[in-house]
Amino acid sequence: MSKFEFPTSILSRPVYGVLEARAGHQHLMIADAEGAGAILDIATPDLMAKSHIIFILKGTDFADELRALNPARFYEGPSYAASVSRIQRVLQDASMGLQLYLAGTEGLMGQVQSEAMKVGIPHTAIQTEHRGSTARRMQCVHCKGITEDVATDPFQCSHCNLNLFVRDHYSRRLAAYQAVCIDAEDPGNVPAQKGLYE
Amino acid sequence: MALQFNDETFRDDYSFHNSERAIKRFPFPFDKDSYMYAVNMEQHRGGPSDSIYEKRFDVDEHYVSEMRDRAMVLADDPLRCQSLPHMTLAGWDLLELIMVSKSEDYPDLFELHRDGDKWHWVNKPLGIDDHFTFMDETTLPYGPMEYITRQTQGDFCVLDQRDDNLWMDAGTITTQADWSLDFDIGMNFFEWHAPVPLAHEKGIFVRALKFLLNIQQGAPARRLNWTMTVNPLLDTSPENYHKWGIQKTSLTPENIGAKQHLRVELQTFFRLPRSNALVFPIRCYLCAFQDLMTVPKWGRRLHRVIRDLPEELATYKGFIDNRPIMLDYLSQFDDGLPTSNGIWPEIDGEPPLKSD
Repeated sequence: MSKFEFPTSILSRPVYGVLEARAGHQHLMIADAEGAGAILDIATPDLMAKSHIIFILKGTDFADELRALNPARFYEGPSYAASVSRIQRVLQDASMGLQLYLAGTEGLMGQVQSEAMKVGIPHTAIQTEHRGSTARRMQCVHCKGITEDVATDPFQCSHCNLNLFVRDHYSRRLAAYQAVCIDAEDPGNVPAQKGLYE
Repeated sequence: MALQFNDETFRDDYSFHNSERAIKRFPFPFDKDSYMYAVNMEQHRGGPSDSIYEKRFDVDEHYVSEMRDRAMVLADDPLRCQSLPHMTLAGWDLLELIMVSKSEDYPDLFELHRDGDKWHWVNKPLGIDDHFTFMDETTLPYGPMEYITRQTQGDFCVLDQRDDNLWMDAGTITTQADWSLDFDIGMNFFEWHAPVPLAHEKGIFVRALKFLLNIQQGAPARRLNWTMTVNPLLDTSPENYHKWGIQKTSLTPENIGAKQHLRVELQTFFRLPRSNALVFPIRCYLCAFQDLMTVPKWGRRLHRVIRDLPEELATYKGFIDNRPIMLDYLSQFDDGLPTSNGIWPEIDGEPPLKSD
């Protein structure tokens, strides 16, 4: 599985590391799609005996490989939206010293991080590793609607239909990057779409 | 001096205007003929008589109309005023600071009568006369921060201090230079400033943060910041950019003197006593180019500053496309004579401008 090297950017843009097994009695690992690979890379029988894995398929088929690790608890969900209430419930039970590992897309990691912060886990204590799609979760600054999995710049808001450009300014609370109208000063003059990072 | 409040608008027909007095006390932000970011902090302990620095919270002829504009913005978009749950105490601190300051600095306009926690607040310009219990939210029509900032010119960021950083955890932001409280709330000092070019590399924010973390009660600080706005529009928010952005393209050589405004922020910083939060008021002053040109020193200087500003800054401040037309207008007034140091107008000390 290939890993993407994000270009250096502004200070609000999140940076991701590489997961490493840490000491602890309770390990919660949440991943989507290719993020499964990051868990497979650190899994040992000892670690798995203390681990709860929540895996969001997002159309992939890595669930069997993860299940074969024989973690203490395993859940697979079809999408983040379908799994979020379960994630919130599990985070409520987090005890002091819980190790939280997130892997996969920026949208998944950002949203779980935001939920974890709501229960008092500092974002600096959460390990993250990006794998898979580089698409972004974008908030339209005008209508406030979130458009998931944005892979092009500019793009059209899925709520208000404005043509938006993709900024690197990022809100941990919203788990989203900011999107701003691209043709406000010249209505209708929308540049051709390009893939992100192209 | 008895203050006359203008009846004016900051939208639609833009009837906003500055009196001669308001022009003379306008906080012209350039102390020399060029500009670059700096940690330009100084103590906020008064200033020359009738200057915008004299009082802790300057009240000017635009007060009543600005508060009417704020009420309209908040009615359209309540997300412009937000306070994270742990910031309510700081809201009370802010309410106290403003009520005490205004009633002491403008006793003819504001009165505060306190009997223990039973408070009586009178705001004559806005026709408010309220009795409430200090620290009891149920006795006010809004939360304490929203209540008092609906009665005070300028945006207000209320910053929590922890982990050797400042956190944008509450605010009332309706007159902003294109940034979103709703997006930035919860961010730390470096994160909410992340989009600003050049200043990070110059170490500006590291030094500014060190300064701000050490601001003590009773020793507020201040600085000026600036940008450009076409039309006297207070609400240059990103939320509404798709509506107002087009106005930036409406400048012509005929209308630029009246339409193009220098937008200056008086930023002040006060430590709050109970919460240890820092309140960061950002007070916006607008002045049309043609009014600035009535002050010879400013006329000469503005041309030189805008002409020599680095491209990154003109882009970030949103007027790179309009810079040529601005320079066509401003250069008419610049006769090349030297200017004196400092921001003050010094009307009597400088020769008149050639096109004046």
